[in-house]
Order: sequence, then structure tokens, then C-alpha cells
Amino acid sequence: MQFGVFSVSDITTDPTNGRTPGEAERIQAIVTIAKKAEEVGLDVFALGEHHNPPFFSFFSSSPTTTLAYIAAQTSTLQLSTATTLITTNDPVKIAEDYAMLQHLAGGRVDLMMGRGNTGPVYPWFGQDIRNGLPLAVENYALLRRLWDEEVVDWSGQFRTPLQGFTSTPRPLDGVPPFVWHGSIRSPQIAEQAAYYGDGFFHNHIFWPAEHTARMVEFYRRRYEHHGHGAADQAIVGLGGQVFMRKNSQDAVREFRPYFDNAPVYGHGPSLEDFSRETPLTVGSPQQVIERTLGFREYVGDYQRQLFLIDHAGLPLKTVLEQLDMLGEEVVPVLRREFAALKPAHVPDAPTHASRVAARQHTPEEVSA
Amino acid sequence: MTTRTLAVVSAGLSTPSSTRLLADRLTAATVAALRERGDDATVEVVELRTHARDLADHLVTGFANESLRAAIDTVVGADGLIAVTPVFSASYSGLFKTFFDVLDKESLTGTPVLLGATAGTARHSLVIEHAMRPLFAYLRAIPVPTGVFAASEDWAGAGGVDAELARRIDRAAGELADLVAGRPAQRRAADPFADVPSFEELLRGH
Repeated sequence: MQFGVFSVSDITTDPTNGRTPGEAERIQAIVTIAKKAEEVGLDVFALGEHHNPPFFSFFSSSPTTTLAYIAAQTSTLQLSTATTLITTNDPVKIAEDYAMLQHLAGGRVDLMMGRGNTGPVYPWFGQDIRNGLPLAVENYALLRRLWDEEVVDWSGQFRTPLQGFTSTPRPLDGVPPFVWHGSIRSPQIAEQAAYYGDGFFHNHIFWPAEHTARMVEFYRRRYEHHGHGAADQAIVGLGGQVFMRKNSQDAVREFRPYFDNAPVYGHGPSLEDFSRETPLTVGSPQQVIERTLGFREYVGDYQRQLFLIDHAGLPLKTVLEQLDMLGEEVVPVLRREFAALKPAHVPDAPTHASRVAARQHTPEEVSA
Repeated sequence: MTTRTLAVVSAGLSTPSSTRLLADRLTAATVAALRERGDDATVEVVELRTHARDLADHLVTGFANESLRAAIDTVVGADGLIAVTPVFSASYSGLFKTFFDVLDKESLTGTPVLLGATAGTARHSLVIEHAMRPLFAYLRAIPVPTGVFAASEDWAGAGGVDAELARRIDRAAGELADLVAGRPAQRRAADPFADVPSFEELLRGH
């Protein structure tokens, strides 16, 4: 099982002192956080893509640039996205940018597709949010062909046709990056992930667990329907949101102002209510371990767990302390416990190495 | 004998509230009218006042907490709905509207609804027609023709209710009972996963 962190790249005022970090500071901080993730023994770092100002402020408009820079300074960390906008990006550029990143990172790359839910962003890229779902369907179908086929003739609804086009560079070792599809509430996206035999990632941190459970169950059922394996062999990832201190009361006291003022859910329910209704865990490392192990009870054995730890204006120093606790106290226990519970026929999260090995065993699938 | 479920949504804020009083009168009359038509009724009352914070939280987080979820399930699963609001600033109250804002917009499709409103003066009596009916038309619910509006003066008659108001209550209750008793006995459980098109269909045309 893979463990890591994902960042939405928000630039938020620290509510405890009114200080807002600049873009330059947050961009350097995210590199520090990613390197620290590897240093403390985590497996994955995933970065969002946003084009939001003048709404909330996010810095990460160009994840491949950031991830390539991180790749150059790390050696084992798997780099991913949370998410890559399959709706407003040209699939040709996604194919090329991420293949490029894949080469530079020596294969340590996968992606998570998302639609983006901010209506005004779509027209900035020549699109319309009302086409969100059809865009996700068509653009991803094209992306697959660009990676899986050398020469592509294509025409569709949303983009100029392609004649004899070859996406460059070709995927490393002829194996494209593994793809996850992220969706909070659209069963159609779970269906898309199941259809392609791709991974399904549920953000998990904003909504009650029953909802996540139903989405994952649906994805697993459809994964089996589309012939990729048994339902419990489907590739599932979950988000999680934690804040830890040695004593749980200290964690609650310190995190509360960040929670109360957080973008997205701040100024609403109390920290206690939100902790009960969603997977948010604010407390001791032991509480995080117990809560996280509980996820398995409603989604089954899964492959990837990402934590959100750097949002809502939390200072870099605090984020790095959270990473230390994850690496030293939480993840080693979770690794051991999850591994002991997982049946042998449930696969690990695909990596470049495992996909290259699988390809060598089934050469006839080259153009699948 | 079929047992029907009636959900009652009351947006009154004071205790006791004339909105709840009207809701109770409408409910009792509807239960009696159903019984005349050979049906039993179970009644589930949702006092929106107790969900005021839950509703505000829903606006911010995008999901209903456990307590609000139970209230929503009650309303969308009912065979008939009685919805009563006080008039605030010439319309339904914000609390009343917020509850219907957070429902899935398909969830009341085809549900018979009796509309009621209360105010301090009869000058607001068209609020049912100009504010409430369009809301329930949008939700594709089926409001009965008689809406029941009660001003302060309507509570002054013998037995605590004006004879004219009592007649309107009975007429409206009869109309709701006719629709509820005439319906097939089971309600659909809304399942967003049941009719997801297969990916082959989603891909068509792309």
C-alpha cells in the first residue's frame, strides 16, 4: 500500500497571526514538503492544478513544472496530481507534458484526472462547465489513444481534428503513466475509471464516509463488469485529512483556528461535528492510525492513502512536523497493519516497474 | 387498508408557533380524510427550527449531517407532504427555502403537497400563490389546489379557529387525501447509481 500527501496548493492567510505567504514562499514550501515526504519514508506526493484567482488563491497552475523540479531532487518519491484538469486542458498537451515528466522522473509519475468544479475557469480555456462530463469522456478517450497508439487520426466534438499525429515523447518504455480518476459525487467518473481498468480516487475528506463507500462499491462492481478483475482487485485510493500532536487536546486547540477559517468548509460546522461526519482526524498519532485503519472497513483493501496536511494557512514548520509524525509514528504502523489484513490476490498500486513487467508478460496488449 | 406516510415540514420559530398550529390542524384533517378513504397514516413532523444550524452547515459543506439527513429522508420518502411557513418579508422564510434548496431537485417529483402559510395580517394571503407554488412547481411536486393561509385574526373563532379557516383546512386536507390515497403504495428510493449509463453510452458521439 502506498502512503503520501496531496496538496491543493492554496495560499491562505494564517488565521492565528494574519500573515499571508507570498506565491514565491508557498512554491518553495511545496518543494520542501515534497522532499520531506520522501525523507520521512512516504511513497507519494500529489499536487493539484488550479487557475482560480480572483477567487481563492492557489499557486499550482503548472504541476508538471513543479513535479519535474521535485523529481530532480528526489529518488524514490512517486509524483502524482490531485487533480489534472481533463476538461479544460488540451489532451494533446496532457499527453506530451506528462510523458515528458515521466521520462525526466524515471517513470515515477502517475496522474489523477479531475473535472474542476469552478464554473468561471472553463471559459478562460474556451470551454463551458455544462460540458464538464462530455469533456472528461472525450478528452480522456483521446489521451488514451495518444499514449497507446503511435500515429493518431482523430476527430471529436471539442477539439480540432488530428491527422497522422504522434504525441511526443512516447511514453517511457512504451508504458504510459498509470491514471486515477478522481470524483467526489459523479458515478459517471467511477464508471469511466472502471471501464478503462484505471484507478479510482475518492477525495473522501469533505463528505460522510457512507457516500465514499457507495462510490467505491459502485466502481468496484463496474470494474469487475468491464472484465479487469474481481471487484476487490480494483485500484482504489482515498484522501484523508489529519492534524496531530502528541496529546490530542493540543492538536484540537492548535488546529481549531485553521479549521474554523479554512477555505471550502470553514465558517460552518464545528471541528467536532465535522470530525464526526467526515474522516477529518485531529488528535494523537494513535487516533490517526485507528481512524485510517477504519477506512478499510467500508471501502475494502485499497492501494493508496493520501493525507492533506498543508492547507488553510498552516505554517511550513508545522507541516514539516506533521510529516515527521506521519513518517515516524503513523505510516510504519499502517503499512504493517494494512499488509497483514490484505489478501494475496489484492494487487498493490501499479508503478512504472510493475506495469513494464506486466507488459512484458502480455505483449499482445500493446495497442489495447 | 394501506398505511400512508405524511411528512410535515413546519418552519415556525416561536414556541408555540401559529405555523406549527396550522400544520397540526392540516395534519389532523388530512389523517381524518385519509381514514374516510380507507387508508391509515403515519405522521412524521420535521421542525426546521431544530435544523437551523444543520442547514447553515449544509450550505457551507455541501452535505447534510446525520440529523439533517434523517429529516430529508423523511420528507423525500413520504407519500404526501404538508409544508407550512411563516411569511417573512413578503415571502416564505429563509429557513423554509433553505430546506428545499438542499433537497435533490428530483426528490419531490410527483409528491402531493399541501401548502400552508401564516402571517400577522391577511394582506400577505397571496404568498402561497406567488411564492410557494412556483417553488413546488420547480420541484415538480403536485401542490393541491387549495392552499391554506391563516392570519392572526383567523385563530379568533370558536374552538380557537375561525369557521372559514376550518372549512379551508378540511377542503385542502380532502384534496391532499384524494391524491395520496390514489397513489401506488410504494415510494421509490432515490438511487443515483441505479441509472448511470454504461461507459459505451457515455462515449457515443465522441
